[in-house]
Amino acid sequence: MLKIGLLYPDLLGTYGDGGNAQVLAYRARARGIATEIVETRVGDALVDADLYLLGGGEDGPQRLAADLLRESDFVRRVGDGASVFAVCAGLQILGTSFAVEGDAHYPGVGLVDAVTTRGARRSVGDMAAVVGDNTLVGFENHGGVTTLGEGLAPFGTMQRGVGNDGHVDGYKQGHIVATYAHGPALALNPWCADVLLEMALDQSLEPLHLIADDLHAQRVRAVLGN
Amino acid sequence: MIPMALPVRSRLAALGVAATNGLVRRLGRGAGTVAGGRVGLRLDPRLLERLARGREIIVVTGTNGKTTTSALVREGWGGDVAANTTGANMPAGHVAALVASRSSRVVLEVDEAWLDVVVAATSPVAVVLLNLSRDQLDRASEVRQLAVRWRAITVAHPALRIIANASDPLVVFAVGDAENVEWISVPHGWREDARSCPVCTAALTFGDHWSCSCGFTQPTATTIVDERGAISVHGEVVPLDLGIPGFFNRVNATFALRALAVVGQSPGAVSARLATVTSVQGRFGVRTWAGRTIRLLLAKNPAGVGVLLSELDEADGELWIAINAHVADGRDPSWIYDAPFEHVQHEVVTCLGERRLDIATRLTYAGKGVRVVDDIDELASGEGPVTLIANYTAFREWFERSAPC
Repeated sequence: MLKIGLLYPDLLGTYGDGGNAQVLAYRARARGIATEIVETRVGDALVDADLYLLGGGEDGPQRLAADLLRESDFVRRVGDGASVFAVCAGLQILGTSFAVEGDAHYPGVGLVDAVTTRGARRSVGDMAAVVGDNTLVGFENHGGVTTLGEGLAPFGTMQRGVGNDGHVDGYKQGHIVATYAHGPALALNPWCADVLLEMALDQSLEPLHLIADDLHAQRVRAVLGN
Repeated sequence: MIPMALPVRSRLAALGVAATNGLVRRLGRGAGTVAGGRVGLRLDPRLLERLARGREIIVVTGTNGKTTTSALVREGWGGDVAANTTGANMPAGHVAALVASRSSRVVLEVDEAWLDVVVAATSPVAVVLLNLSRDQLDRASEVRQLAVRWRAITVAHPALRIIANASDPLVVFAVGDAENVEWISVPHGWREDARSCPVCTAALTFGDHWSCSCGFTQPTATTIVDERGAISVHGEVVPLDLGIPGFFNRVNATFALRALAVVGQSPGAVSARLATVTSVQGRFGVRTWAGRTIRLLLAKNPAGVGVLLSELDEADGELWIAINAHVADGRDPSWIYDAPFEHVQHEVVTCLGERRLDIATRLTYAGKGVRVVDDIDELASGEGPVTLIANYTAFREWFERSAPC
């Protein structure tokens, strides 16, 4: 049984972020893997899961989500092998600190060595990043500039858009993957959904051909203009 | 057309509005409301305030239903009513509407982010706050920030007459301590944007009424729309016949009814006028295209899709969904993952629009069958009625492509 843990969708679900859980569950079940989506909401104890998802959110909810995760045994569970996929505010929360209204250095969960400061302007628009042989395509809408510590590898190299800092997007460390491609990033990037599933399941998966592949190809063409 | 009571500068500005809009229309470049309004506001930044003076103005805003509700206020009022009917719902559009008509009765549909500016400039007799949920986040403020901005309006104008949705926690938060509020409670609340308390961020509890452990709770409504769509005001049932379909439109009409009560219109007179309205700017109307009848429904955000899907099934014929992502739609269609497409009852949905692959992927992951149509001519050979749900620019394309029945 694969358990996908959606963390605080009541706080971090600004823009279709729940779509990532649906995409992962559908793609796992299509390979015959029994899958359950479990949620942790404000006031709940942290659910047990193989793959945790963190979405985007506004300042207040983002702060609260960071507090709740710091107070929970989230860090221990990730240390014990649980995987994490975080987008947007979720990406910032897992780092050392992030900027919110009234506090430029609000403490994050500290799972990765990443610091987010307030950028001069919001980064809004289509984005694309090279990740190995693949292209991550999506939409970003955030005001942060994220600086990665020396030992922390970015997830992708920007081709279009801003990402962390105009050069790279997100980060990858062990079983943790994060990107600024917000909302249902995995709907646009089926290959990335499978990378996460293979990571969480520790097994390789048969190819799955869905209309999502056509969507990915079309978005890559549209965003990169070729 | 131009009121002589205006200062010279404003008269010139108003002439500029009329001249620009006339030119745009003659050139066939559209209704021209925004272009003219911008010219006018450049010539006289206080033009909206001056044009509004001495008129009875009802302002309508909210994420969903503001165009329909504004139209229902206009129709329900009767007689000559000035209104921004072209969808231009920022000050340039309001200026154009007030230059085009000198009627003392005015209804203004207002973009959520412009409510403060328009209330300050027009001193409305009533402000209708329908609901507040996420819509096109890539270009508008995030929804809670909007609620905070609305709250500043009620602080600045504490006596403002407000007709507000008691069932929407963000609206109630936005109303704050305003003194002159009429609350309306409605059954189908969109809650995904207000699961955490706007005051303290703890989780809200929803039952018959919503509440939070911090004390923030649903106010007592004097007007109630119940599950069956029956309307009561101060405990008395108010009969309402509507010519447009949909539960959500009964809710919109209730807000219109109560706003019109502020200007002395009786529910009976309003109801009689509203019974004859069968479509609002093409919405809800049945049209024909390639020999097929198509019911056109506009939905541009999760809450809007939710109310439409709750009332649709196979008996309504084929379901087509058309999605674009132009600036007017919001450039990012991520919102389709917040919309409850799991509720689609059709086995197969026809996917159209520039983002047809996005909606087809969404429906696939919701377990629905899809047909992606690249060339709409393929649809012309089909038979039977169609219900088309489209977002803003896709809706406009299909409206222009089709004809009245």
